[in-house]
Amino acid sequence: MRNAVSRLGAWAINAVWRLGFAARFFFGLLAYSGQSFRRFRGLTMREIYMSGVLSLLIIMVSGLFVGLVLGLQGFETLQRFGSSDALGTLVALSLTRELGPVVAGLLFASRAGTAVTAEIGLMKTTEQLKAMDMMAVNPVSRVVAPRFWGGVFAMPLLAALFSAMGVFGGWLIGVVLIGVDGGSFWSQMQAAVDFRYDIVNGVIKSFVFGVAVSLIAVFEGWDCVPTAEGISRAITRTVVSSALAILALDFVLTSFMFRELS
Amino acid sequence: MSDALVEVRNVSFAYQGRQVLRGVDLVVPRGKVVAIMGGSGSGKTTLLSLIGGQLRAQVGEVRVDGQDVAALPRDALYAMRRRMGMLFQFGALFTDLSVFDNVAFPLREHTELPEELIRDLVLMKLHAVGLRGAAKLRPSELSGGMARRVALARATALDPMLMMYDEPFAGLDPISLGVIGQLIRRLNDALGAASILVTHDVIESLEIVDYVYFIGEGKVVAQGTPDEIRASSDPYVHQFIYSEADGPVRFHYPAPDYAASLLRAEGG
Repeated sequence: MRNAVSRLGAWAINAVWRLGFAARFFFGLLAYSGQSFRRFRGLTMREIYMSGVLSLLIIMVSGLFVGLVLGLQGFETLQRFGSSDALGTLVALSLTRELGPVVAGLLFASRAGTAVTAEIGLMKTTEQLKAMDMMAVNPVSRVVAPRFWGGVFAMPLLAALFSAMGVFGGWLIGVVLIGVDGGSFWSQMQAAVDFRYDIVNGVIKSFVFGVAVSLIAVFEGWDCVPTAEGISRAITRTVVSSALAILALDFVLTSFMFRELS
Repeated sequence: MSDALVEVRNVSFAYQGRQVLRGVDLVVPRGKVVAIMGGSGSGKTTLLSLIGGQLRAQVGEVRVDGQDVAALPRDALYAMRRRMGMLFQFGALFTDLSVFDNVAFPLREHTELPEELIRDLVLMKLHAVGLRGAAKLRPSELSGGMARRVALARATALDPMLMMYDEPFAGLDPISLGVIGQLIRRLNDALGAASILVTHDVIESLEIVDYVYFIGEGKVVAQGTPDEIRASSDPYVHQFIYSEADGPVRFHYPAPDYAASLLRAEGG
């Protein structure tokens, strides 16, 4: 019993210590971000390409499939109430408010977040970060910050593309395959989707998820134990922590953004 | 020895309570190649990290070019490191860059030189280590010896005043070993720099260095010129040079009495 309590205590102390270390790391990262903007084309653009452009395929294909499923499920439910014309509204609101940022965030963490963690972890293991530091080049400024900002900029763009592909998928199923009226599909969507409440809030969510996932990814890589097992654990932690962070932040953000509904 | 570039005075250092260095004194004069030898875990690499400012001594003082390394603020430390080069055990080449870009890295980061001049300098550095023809290769396409030579070209890109080598001969075939050894000596003489060589490789090192420090149990246990070291009757030096399994450096990790351990195991 005493052992279990002391283990729990040790776990809690370690968790708080890591959280504090991550917070310090985050502020250090922000302080050393100048170079990421001064050399945007040379450093940060490359990371936007690595995290964003290389994630395009998985994001767009997933967005399409989610839209297809939403179209089928939405039509099946709406037609029971005789409102299948509202399919466009249902698909668009689901995607812009929730599914776009959340699912794109989860996919982004699995595809780009893990790659960033592995890359930084491997650079640490093979002493590349140490070598850089010995060459009077700050590795946080040169390696970590550009990867962080690359992820932050890429994430909202990916979420927007995910939503766009989802709407296209919903249209494909609803209008092309099932025969819902195309005019109703688009006009109802246009009337129901509010730019400020739906689109901007979706962008804010995806930006926050981008910050969370990118921070977790670079931190886990930086903090990993420099062994093969250490890198593998860090990658696992990136996926698990990112997924939890996205879902928890989604709840918090949603409750603030749509609080007048309750 | 006069005109010291590096002075280590009474330095002690402990990792999480484990004492690694105990009152170490050593001097590296300008223009000389100095070897630091000792068994694994004897604190040699820690000493390099203290000289490079990656660690700070808990007791004592490390001076490089007259400056107290531990007292330097970050910017001044980085300014000093621009005049240092370090070769890591396995090269530590940047795997996302080509050989050319690896060598160009410090030049691009620290100078405003035009790309044409950087190209000429990089090719000159690569030519000096015999790898001008490998400029377009990726680090994954290099052998261990080639990677070490590229890292050497990168470390000397800014013509440092001090070169540090962490186990430069580890894992190399005899030809690469000889090539790296000669390059270390030649580059040191060409640059007019000082070099610190942390190594286990006694025979190869004694051929190229001017002075040797032996570190054992965190202290300098012997020192001298290569000839003095070869003639030394110090048991530690003797064990090291003749690769004896047991001696002052024990073969067995400290453990309770073997027979007592076996009897305890039998008794459950």
